[in-house]
Amino acid sequence: MTSVAKLVRSIPLNGFRFATDAVTIEAASPAARLSIRATKRGVTSLSKSLGLTLPADPSKSSKKAGRHALWLGPDEWLVVDEKLAAEDLIPKRASREFSVVDVSHRNTAFIVSGDDAATALNAGCPRNLSLKAFPVGACSRTLFGKAEIILYRTGRTVFRVECWRSFAPYVRDLLCEGAKDVRN
Amino acid sequence: MTRIPARGSRLGTKTISFTFDGKTYEGIEGDTLASALIANGVHLMGRSFKYHRPRGAIAAGAEEPNALVNVFRDSARRQPNVRATVQEIYDGLKAESQNRFPSLAFDVGAVNNLMSPALVAGFYYKTFKWPAKAWDHVYEPFIRRAAGLGEAPTEEDPDHYANRYAHCDVVVIGGGPAGLMAAKCAADKGNSVIVCDENAAFGGWLLSDTDLRVDGMSGAEWAAAMVAELQANDNVRMLNRTTGFGYFQQNMVGLTERITDHVSRPAPDLPRERMWQVRAGRVIIAQGAIERHMVFPGNDLPGVMLAGAAQTFLNKFGVPVGERIGVYTACDTAYAAAFDLYEVGCEIPVIVDHRTEVDAQILKQAEDLGIEVIKGGHISEVTGRLRIGGIVVKSGADTEREWDVDALIMSAGWTPSLHLSSQSRAKPVWDETRGIFLPGESPQACICIGGCNGTDELADVFAQAAESVGGKAPKCKIEDDVSTSGGMSGATGDSLQKGKAFVDYQNDVTAKDIALAVREGMHSIEHVKRYTTNGMATDQGKLSNMHGLAIAADLLDKPIPQVGLTTFRAPYTPTTFGGFVGHTKGSLFDPRRKTPIHDWAAENGAEFEPVSLWDRAWYFPRRGETMHEAVDRECRTVRETAGIFDASTLGKIEVAGPDAAAFMNIMYTNGWDKLKPGRAKYGIMCREDGFIYDDGVVGKLAADRFHVTTTTGGAPRVLNHMEDYLQTEFPHMRVWLTSTTEQWATIAVQGPRAREIIKPLVKGVNLNSESLSHMSVSECEICGVPARLFRISFTGELGFEINVAADYGRSVWEAVWARAEPLGACVYGTEAMHVLRAEKGFIIVGQDTDGTVTPHDAGLSWAIAKSKPDFVGKRGLQRPDLVKAGRRQLVGLKTSDPKKVLQEGAQIVANPDQPIPMDMLGFVTSSYWSGTLKHSIAMALIEGGFDRMGEKLYVPMEDETIEVEVTGSVFYDPNGDKVND
Repeated sequence: MTSVAKLVRSIPLNGFRFATDAVTIEAASPAARLSIRATKRGVTSLSKSLGLTLPADPSKSSKKAGRHALWLGPDEWLVVDEKLAAEDLIPKRASREFSVVDVSHRNTAFIVSGDDAATALNAGCPRNLSLKAFPVGACSRTLFGKAEIILYRTGRTVFRVECWRSFAPYVRDLLCEGAKDVRN
Repeated sequence: MTRIPARGSRLGTKTISFTFDGKTYEGIEGDTLASALIANGVHLMGRSFKYHRPRGAIAAGAEEPNALVNVFRDSARRQPNVRATVQEIYDGLKAESQNRFPSLAFDVGAVNNLMSPALVAGFYYKTFKWPAKAWDHVYEPFIRRAAGLGEAPTEEDPDHYANRYAHCDVVVIGGGPAGLMAAKCAADKGNSVIVCDENAAFGGWLLSDTDLRVDGMSGAEWAAAMVAELQANDNVRMLNRTTGFGYFQQNMVGLTERITDHVSRPAPDLPRERMWQVRAGRVIIAQGAIERHMVFPGNDLPGVMLAGAAQTFLNKFGVPVGERIGVYTACDTAYAAAFDLYEVGCEIPVIVDHRTEVDAQILKQAEDLGIEVIKGGHISEVTGRLRIGGIVVKSGADTEREWDVDALIMSAGWTPSLHLSSQSRAKPVWDETRGIFLPGESPQACICIGGCNGTDELADVFAQAAESVGGKAPKCKIEDDVSTSGGMSGATGDSLQKGKAFVDYQNDVTAKDIALAVREGMHSIEHVKRYTTNGMATDQGKLSNMHGLAIAADLLDKPIPQVGLTTFRAPYTPTTFGGFVGHTKGSLFDPRRKTPIHDWAAENGAEFEPVSLWDRAWYFPRRGETMHEAVDRECRTVRETAGIFDASTLGKIEVAGPDAAAFMNIMYTNGWDKLKPGRAKYGIMCREDGFIYDDGVVGKLAADRFHVTTTTGGAPRVLNHMEDYLQTEFPHMRVWLTSTTEQWATIAVQGPRAREIIKPLVKGVNLNSESLSHMSVSECEICGVPARLFRISFTGELGFEINVAADYGRSVWEAVWARAEPLGACVYGTEAMHVLRAEKGFIIVGQDTDGTVTPHDAGLSWAIAKSKPDFVGKRGLQRPDLVKAGRRQLVGLKTSDPKKVLQEGAQIVANPDQPIPMDMLGFVTSSYWSGTLKHSIAMALIEGGFDRMGEKLYVPMEDETIEVEVTGSVFYDPNGDKVND
């Protein structure tokens, strides 16, 4: 075992899929994730180095070529990249203006899609998920039952649900309960 | 079975068979249990709470106080206190009466009725005073047995329940004429609308009234047309069998939707109930009004019921409530009920009107039908035992006349239902002319319309409904709308002095009880309520509030508003626990967190223990090993060879930014200025009050970046604590906190051969003590992936902690194990970890500390930097109580008999011969058998413990007293040489 080949990421609930007529729940592919905290100046310099603007307004996101920046707080963002590794995104030089922490493995994600995806989420998420209140591109750190999630609407009927990895089985089970209840 | 085929707007065609108290009956699809029983001539449905008096249905809806039954499908699915007037029948429904033994018709508990002089208001306070000793064995068991109605099921509820959060522009609670019109007007304006009704069908009172015409349609037809229109609108969600049970903050209302309670064989995937938590832009309360009963002696005999209920039983279910029906009223609506019953062939021998003035037109109608009306009269007595048989009516000075009846319908007028309005924090407003409370203005965005707003005429109701949502009602032609005018509150005749005239049926409170409470000094309605139990419990005074208040006000000679109205509590009607629990049971009761290495541990035979929300590997028994043997072996192997341990649950926080070191200085008691990058340090964190809050090892990765570890259970609160201080006290600091607990899988490798195990896997750092000494950290590569490698020890042995990104955790663990196993090392769990650390005297926050222990008390004064100008807890630590002598201090204990293992939590005394209660000096916090040392070890918090070294103390247990000696808390390798190997 002394010479180890490059290890492969083993994400929680890899390959999970559950579908009803109205809702599909799938484990998302592995992704790179950065937790970003920054001053105004830091935002400018990070927006440049990441190649996409860190949004300034609550619940807003921005995206570019598989890379997404989600506003979580006045000085906090989550960046998700579905293609590159975190090492390739983190600025090489430390700065007084921001902190960038690799949280790629801390979170895992589900893709919840289908006509009644929002209803399934409302089994545990108290947010108003109508298109008016939570349009495509909206994101929020919120609750899903007893788990903290980051909810991100990527399409009219598609949501990305990010949670901490050890909460994934709980989130999965509650999502399935919600999905089963939508048409009753 | 008596049915009037032409009536019964709610009835289907199918015959349904059900049982009540074991006897089989037939009803018709659409029936409630009460309507079906009355159709079978059964009025006796239960026994009252206190006096065990025979009772039947008084009402026809959710306000029913009497007809509470036990409904069950099987041994697990049993629900007590179901209102027979609400429960719909289904094929095979099984219902039982309650509060009777041995049978409903012959109940020995009815002896309470004879003992009633001893059971008057306040009897609990008067009877159970002394002797004090009787409390435990006599009074409390007696009260507990007498308290409550019905029996809770003992088995686990096999049903499941759903939860749904919803948002809408307008939620309408109540689907009668007011609610339906408001929903229509709101929907017409493009609002999203949720409208709910507690009944199976929308329409409210319209379904009970056969006279009314709206645009030529009957009430039921008009309601059906409205429902069809609303259902066709995508913006409207119609929820029937759904009770708006609570009005909470910021326009959050709770609705309970009953999905399967009316179904004979529910599909197994259906939830029994769904709770809706609705946040609405505007709440329209259209709860309607509740009819009051008349207060006179014997007003609780089966067969006595509200006039509106009799009308509902007739017109919704085709059931006349008797053949020869008396009427006692103070309100016009009872006449309409009487005329309806007359129309279908019931005999109405007399209408007793408590009023002296009655509308001439109504009197004319009665006269035309040949019904005698007695004005200014009252019922002084009723006859009958299990069913009313006759009434005695008094009018004028001496006239007393009797009639035989088999039912009596009554109405004292209508009380606007203020329950939800009151829950929204609106204050009721007294309407002197009509003698009712009306909903006041609410601080929340809600409005009451229709009956619950005291609105009488249907045309006004429609206009109000439209206005409540800013719309305009369509013009409707309304004919034959019956007025609810009239009404009274309070006792009639001599019922304050004589007989049992019930004010609150559910709690068995009579008019005399209220009078007694007032005489005994209860002058506020809140006191009267508690003294008599009037309006308490699930009933919430639906029928009784106004009568109770009027009687008290009259006796006190005060206007009603000055006596006050009690507030209404949620829930409006009883709500199942299952509904509140919703999905939160079984695997969804709480998240059960598992590390990336969990599955490996499970596959390799680990036993697990819960630590906060985590499942942690506790120990790894080999075939045939007891826990004790496994832990002994694991400890021994670590000390002699090495062990590997999954420490992934440790909290981790990345503290980054130019002010990181300054922030660490202020949050921890230690000094962090001199710590160089690449070095690690044990840190203690206090709260403002100076008590230990958390601890952990912190690695300095760079001048501006720390890798902080916390206890497993403390991770979330430590992050909150830090973030709180950062945002409120130290916002000037430029430092950011990120939870990385789950980013890293942490593998501890501990023991003399630890270095040998990991060496071939590590790239980028030399593991010898010169380049990676004890208490240091290095960013390197392990198994080809980036790692943070700590050289630290929680065992007292040479030790490393490997941190790799979590998705690689299991692969790296397996690589380490592949190296460790052939060398004779073991994998160990949390129990061995506890023993190993205790042998070294390392504390566990939350076990050896309890929130009242300072670093000084724990023997950790060395970890408090004396030179620092400030840190959180510095001032707290200077408080007189925290520096005074004799505080409990953490010391070691050795039992005189080395084999004796103390119990954690056991109390410690100096003199075991002292009589009980002894002076307790402290207690044992940690205690284990140490296989390494061949004797038991313990830690304890003991008053002035540091000055008691060598002293003999005693631990008195149930069956023995154990002698112990106070020692230092480091039992193993006191010089700490091993970690530096």
